[in-house]
Amino acid sequence: MTHHYDITLTVNGERIDGHVEGRKSLVDFLRDDLTLTGSHVGCEHGVCGACTVRVNGEVVRGCLMLAVQCDGAIVETIEGVSDTGEIADLQDAFERRNALQCGFCTPGMLLTAQELLSQTKNGGKVPSRDDIREHISGNYCRCTGYHAIVDAVEAVAVARAGRSS
Amino acid sequence: MKIVSDLPSPLTALDRPNSYIGRAVPRPNLKRLTQGRAQYVSDLVLPRMAHVAYLRSPFAHARIKHIDKSEAEKARGVIAVVTGPELAKVITPWVGVLTHLKGIKSAPQYAMAVDRACWQGEAVCAVVARTRAEAEDACELIQVDYEELTPVTDPETALDASTPVIHPDLGDNLTFERSLDAGEVDKAFAQSDAVVETTFIFGRHTGVTNEPRSIVADWNTGDQRLTVYQGTQAPHMMQNLFAKHLGLEEHQVRVITKDVGGSFGVKVHTYADEMAVVALSKLLKRPIKFVADRLESFVTDIHARDHRVKGKIGINKDGTITAFEIDDLTGIGPYSVYPRTSGIEANQVVNLVGGPYACPNYRARARVVFQNKNVMCQYRAVGHPIATAVTEGLVDLAAAKIGMDPIEVRKKNLYADDAYPVTAASGIKFEKLSHHAATDKLLRMMDYKALRANQAAARANGIHRGIGFASFIEVTNPSAAFYGVGGARISAQDGATVKLDATGAIFCHTGVSEQGQGAEAVIAQCVASSFGVSLDKVRVIMGDTDNTPYGGGTWASRAAGIGGEAAWQAGKALRENVLAAAASILQAKPDDLDINNGVVVDKGTAKERITLSEVARICYFRPDTLPPGFQAELVATRHYVPRNWPFSFTNGIQASYLEVDVDTGFIKLLKHWCVEDCGTVINPQLVDEQIRGGIVQGLGGALFENCLYDERGQMLNGNMADYLVPMAMEMPDMEIGHVVSPTADSELGAKGAGEAGTAGAPACVMNAINDALRPLGATPMTEMPFTPGRVLRALGRV
Repeated sequence: MTHHYDITLTVNGERIDGHVEGRKSLVDFLRDDLTLTGSHVGCEHGVCGACTVRVNGEVVRGCLMLAVQCDGAIVETIEGVSDTGEIADLQDAFERRNALQCGFCTPGMLLTAQELLSQTKNGGKVPSRDDIREHISGNYCRCTGYHAIVDAVEAVAVARAGRSS
Repeated sequence: MKIVSDLPSPLTALDRPNSYIGRAVPRPNLKRLTQGRAQYVSDLVLPRMAHVAYLRSPFAHARIKHIDKSEAEKARGVIAVVTGPELAKVITPWVGVLTHLKGIKSAPQYAMAVDRACWQGEAVCAVVARTRAEAEDACELIQVDYEELTPVTDPETALDASTPVIHPDLGDNLTFERSLDAGEVDKAFAQSDAVVETTFIFGRHTGVTNEPRSIVADWNTGDQRLTVYQGTQAPHMMQNLFAKHLGLEEHQVRVITKDVGGSFGVKVHTYADEMAVVALSKLLKRPIKFVADRLESFVTDIHARDHRVKGKIGINKDGTITAFEIDDLTGIGPYSVYPRTSGIEANQVVNLVGGPYACPNYRARARVVFQNKNVMCQYRAVGHPIATAVTEGLVDLAAAKIGMDPIEVRKKNLYADDAYPVTAASGIKFEKLSHHAATDKLLRMMDYKALRANQAAARANGIHRGIGFASFIEVTNPSAAFYGVGGARISAQDGATVKLDATGAIFCHTGVSEQGQGAEAVIAQCVASSFGVSLDKVRVIMGDTDNTPYGGGTWASRAAGIGGEAAWQAGKALRENVLAAAASILQAKPDDLDINNGVVVDKGTAKERITLSEVARICYFRPDTLPPGFQAELVATRHYVPRNWPFSFTNGIQASYLEVDVDTGFIKLLKHWCVEDCGTVINPQLVDEQIRGGIVQGLGGALFENCLYDERGQMLNGNMADYLVPMAMEMPDMEIGHVVSPTADSELGAKGAGEAGTAGAPACVMNAINDALRPLGATPMTEMPFTPGRVLRALGRV
């Protein structure tokens, strides 16, 4: 129950040496051990998506992955992608469109939306509103009603497609 | 609209430079939320902080015979294991009643169960440990000897003589009852061309805020003060309650609320496990953190709705509605929730049924009964979705009975737009509503005629679509008539303190709080507009009882209408103070000066005279150069409470277009419209998003959400995989429109907008489903949520 493991991973470009309990989830490790509190804990059973982070370039649920599974991995959180400027246009669009209210789902929502947008940029097809709705359908937002989020993501998709063409 | 009287005609206050009223400016400080730099209570860590986990009752009703905590006390990381009786020595119990809800009763509720657990999920023992995980581990080592008691679960039989009384001292399981009889109901029904009766059933819902309830309490014995970091909607109310039940003075308690991960009424109540946290902090003299996990949220966050309403409507062939009658029954768990009571929702249903319609004959009864289930209390749009669904469901059934278009029936009976002021049959008073203007606007937005043609064309191809409407009224801007009159220390007024800093920027401290609605933006817009600076010069401070004017916080759609008006008035008062100082410096008359874009100018010509930063520099650093006897006051405070009307009623209408798959019972929402009249719109984007978010919350209740219990009082779907919430894929696009009837109660004229979406959406969807299924001979659907199974049953297919 309380076995500990040494892990080494890269989080937001920094090398991290961790000593974690085997049962500790990735999101608890990020929040409690590294004080990266941008990833949130909403349901702890993989439904709400508030804990979304990227591991080795793929979006995952931080509550369903264990920290020990990330030994040797590259982990990126909302703080990391904010600092690199990777999603600055998406963040701007969310702010302009008020695509967030309490903001608790927003880091996960942004990372999930960025996953869709990164699949479709560089001349790819601009996702339809239904495509966007489907892609973010694993991320729960109680405040906005999603319409504004779809608007914001759609606007960025159109802008990025225009820029790359 | 008194806002115009701020300047002589033809200019209005809205023509001033720096007028942000009515503009969709982005909310300030959103970047911290989009960058993951927000500070939610669940993020907070303090020195010496310990974590609490609760052992919760597995039974809905059980006597606690003995608790053996010896093993838990020895467990790794454990600091203390505390039982209910031990905690009761630190914190007193409470009773959730208000004097203006005549006859309401409840039993003393303790921070943790003392000798009896009354619902599955009630905390019976607390473990405080270095980490939450260690606290949870130790909970498993506690041995509780329970004697399971018969639970009361069914509201229909809660008052039967054979049903056990949950609190024997109260005599029966009736919490609250209200009856109303207006006009001549029996005569009206007898003389009607048609009478329709049916029963509406509403599932139990819960808020499912994305961030669960979170609290950190820090009793500092050094300065004898308790600092509570809490995701609450009402910091000053909680300050009062913590002090009262811990035996402290209010000034010994500070409540700090930074970012809150959703509230919707869930976070405006007193929770036993949160009261236990402050008591544990006092007991153990260290910061204690509690963050409910999702499973705990489902069995302890307030539940809502869960009404059974028998409804009856009378109608004449020409479409005139002759009478409404309802009988509402609702179960609220084992305690009336403190301090707002659990009687308010049923009371609200009695007030609001029939609300949009000029029908003088109305009879209502509401009964609220205790149960051994999680507590129920105020949740977004308290009572509104029930009242609207009953009213609008009856209106549609009546329209179908006489073969009239549902819109025509509404137009025939909605209060005329020039009828105001009006007192409704239930006794509620309307200052100014705009049902007909809103309906006309909605019909244009949705192109009703074309939509009916689309529906008919689809039906010809075997596709069953439905159009549903719901007119509604919404209680906003509550005055002291809501709680204060009943004896609760819940402030109806709010204050704003504005000050000019030494560089010419404005700080505004306000009593209302932010949970994502955009209150911060609205307050900034009001201050910037009335004082005369650009928005980026205004910084809003909220959510700190040490540093904000006493106020009610944010609930019942009050932040913009009440907090906004206080901020507007405070900005004007500060402008006068600053102009007095500037006039003194410039040897001019204050009345000849004004403030534009952060500069003091000559009124009329807008010629620049002196910057605000220069005024501030002189007043703060060289007051010796001001004329003798002149005291610059670069700070002003104003308070506001609605006086002329107990509430600002808003109104609106929604429409839903949907498709029912008659083979699977699945419902696909195609489009949703809403027109609302919330008076002066301070920030159109924020209002629209409040309405959209509210609509989706209502759609959740109509289609998915339902807290399911078995006969032993066990919640069966207490997790997000089983309790379905709306996700993006199932939700439609929503078009929002406005009609503007400002309240004359304030200069700003703003009413609230937070409940409207939730109020109307379930009724709208219900009517649309029945519109789709009526040609198929289906039984009208009146039990929510409208699951595929229920749709197929209505069609007689299963």
